[in-house]
Amino acid sequence: MHPIPSGTRDVLPDEMRELRAVSDALRGVFEHFGYGEIYTPAIEYDLGAIRISGDTGVYRLFDDHGAVLQLRSDMTVPIARVAATRYAAVAPPLRFSSFAHVYRGVRPHRGQMREFLQAGCELIGSSAPGGTVEALTVLCRALDATGLRYYRIGLGDASIYPALMEAVGVEDGVRSELLDHLVGRNFVGLAHAADGLDPMLVEVPQRRGGPEVLDGLPGAEGLRQVHAGLEDDVAERVILDLGLARDLAYYTGAVFEVYDASIGRPIGGGGRYDELMGQLGRPLPAVGFAVGVDVLHEALAAEELKR
Amino acid sequence: MSPASGLVIAVPRGALMRDSLDLIDALGIDTSEVRGNDRKLLFEDVGIVTMRPSDVATYVEAGAADIGITGKDVLTEQADREVYELLDLQYGRCVMVLATRAGEDPAAEALRRLGVVRVATKYYKTAQAYFEATGRQAEIVEVKGSVELAPLTGLVEAIVDLTATGTTLRENDLVIREELFVSTARLIANPVAHKLKASAIDDVLERLRAG
Repeated sequence: MHPIPSGTRDVLPDEMRELRAVSDALRGVFEHFGYGEIYTPAIEYDLGAIRISGDTGVYRLFDDHGAVLQLRSDMTVPIARVAATRYAAVAPPLRFSSFAHVYRGVRPHRGQMREFLQAGCELIGSSAPGGTVEALTVLCRALDATGLRYYRIGLGDASIYPALMEAVGVEDGVRSELLDHLVGRNFVGLAHAADGLDPMLVEVPQRRGGPEVLDGLPGAEGLRQVHAGLEDDVAERVILDLGLARDLAYYTGAVFEVYDASIGRPIGGGGRYDELMGQLGRPLPAVGFAVGVDVLHEALAAEELKR
Repeated sequence: MSPASGLVIAVPRGALMRDSLDLIDALGIDTSEVRGNDRKLLFEDVGIVTMRPSDVATYVEAGAADIGITGKDVLTEQADREVYELLDLQYGRCVMVLATRAGEDPAAEALRRLGVVRVATKYYKTAQAYFEATGRQAEIVEVKGSVELAPLTGLVEAIVDLTATGTTLRENDLVIREELFVSTARLIANPVAHKLKASAIDDVLERLRAG
């Protein structure tokens, strides 16, 4: 036998046709909203400071001069690089979409692949709340176009919990411990670490629902504005989730994930990364999202079975 | 599967089962059929699936169950599972320990003279992480059953295992040298169900906290 590496797979024609149809539906919407498709190399120089948190998942190799190369692990950083260099003289906002395989050295178990196709959009130079509203709108229109029916968007804000810790006066040493538990989805550990501190530290990240979850919360104005700016049919899809912590370190403001009741893991997600462009030498606010095409296809198939 | 409670609950068989079913009874879900039937695994009417404790995180992560009950030992060993740990249920208290044969500590002796200690365990990652964190070199030997046998036969100098009362350890002439952590039953949830079935899950949490 000739095996292929774990976490990779072959796609045969029947599935490929369906995957292609999903991609085409997404692409049509992206283009309609002015997000031109771009392609960047699968291998790039290691950008040093700009790392995905944890950073354990990035494949690295050396070129023949000893420079460190990495296999792209998402499309946000490469597109930010393009915007900062190739479009340096172009006035924002810039809109780009991409369909590209990305690579992560995860331990493959159910649904986790080392190579997978991401479809995404990046809106660079458009600040919150307007840019965030546009990104969420494009995301929903694109999912609608694929025929997915029962999806919801979990919407949180990476700045809410730090603002809350600031407001109730959490010491520096404890802050990272609380954040670790939050990212690790461990509310038992969080309750332990926050024992004796303001109970809001445990209660707030478990809030999820409509705009009422923002009541009485410091630093929630941004999320309130985004929610108020959404068209009704998009707003209906949104569940505000104050515990949502995406594990990519570059997110600064609104963060979101796509869920479908028929699949136990997120189909995609995104958020604001207002600091990243500055690290690349062109400070601009930005927001983007990516959808896993394979898992979206899986969700469509699962919804079909239920009908 | 859409049971009355709106949630599919993964219930561990074995030591945690009775307390877990008592808890589910208190939620107003009738568990009499589960108690009365040892071989059946899936109870669709009440939304209960039963399995080994170590499989609970697998089913919940994949969304095959919305919530589940399992030990902190399982969650520690399977730390990369993407599930929410929602509540410490307090029962099923056990301690993860490092144990060796009684008398002079053979693990310390091995570390002093050989620089590495051999450790048998069912909790490979837990043991690995513990020795790494405490700055000692260890060769972890993964075994599937009766860990107590390993030091008695000379396979290893020490074991890392979960113990409730310590009886089995004592009967095999083993003594506890270090305690790693205390494990109790935890309520866990699938990340997607945690959003999409938020009110049902919060309702369960509220009742468990009140009870």
